Amino acid sequence: MQVLMQLFYLGLLACCFMCLYRIGRGPSAPDRTVAIDILGIVIVGFCGLLGLATGQDFYLSVALAWALLSFIGTIALAKFLEGRGFDE
Amino acid sequence: MSDVIGYILIVAGILFNIFGCVGLVRFPDVYNRLQAATKCVTLGTVLLLMGVAVASGTGALAAKAIVCAVFILATSPTAAHAIAKGAYASGVALWEQTVVDKYAERVEQPKSERDTTVV
Repeated sequence: MQVLMQLFYLGLLACCFMCLYRIGRGPSAPDRTVAIDILGIVIVGFCGLLGLATGQDFYLSVALAWALLSFIGTIALAKFLEGRGFDE
Repeated sequence: MSDVIGYILIVAGILFNIFGCVGLVRFPDVYNRLQAATKCVTLGTVLLLMGVAVASGTGALAAKAIVCAVFILATSPTAAHAIAKGAYASGVALWEQTVVDKYAERVEQPKSERDTTVV
């Protein structure tokens, strides 16, 4: 079971590195915004796995807060890209 | 038994995550990347959190995992929609082999002439 968990971690780490590649490489600002959004969602999944592995539920609280902050940040960046104010 | 179902869900979720991230790396322009990455990774993470909820039995862990899954299911498509609109408005070019651009036709029309039944 321990080996299985480590395989899960490796899979999600591969996802994180692919997102980081796109953040570093991405030719335009929207590319980077998409990659940041996806990285946030992958990390939420990571927190879920950590919670299952350790049996402690505060990891899922971290995941909830992370999802909320990631969503708000992405919306703000998208509004910025669109060239509008935040209150329109 | 519920362990096995949970781990199967987690494996499926991680596979979806990996495929979505491969799409994020390999696809040619920002709109393709957006549609590959957002849909696959949303489904993958929701499956993963459902797997965590099933495998951990009943308790605070399962409840929080389900809340997290519902939240991601609601917010991720919203964020993707906002990014797509922002990318188009900031003038990111489509891939040169793109066949049709319905959104350009829709933006050029005045608001009163738009056919509201077609989205």
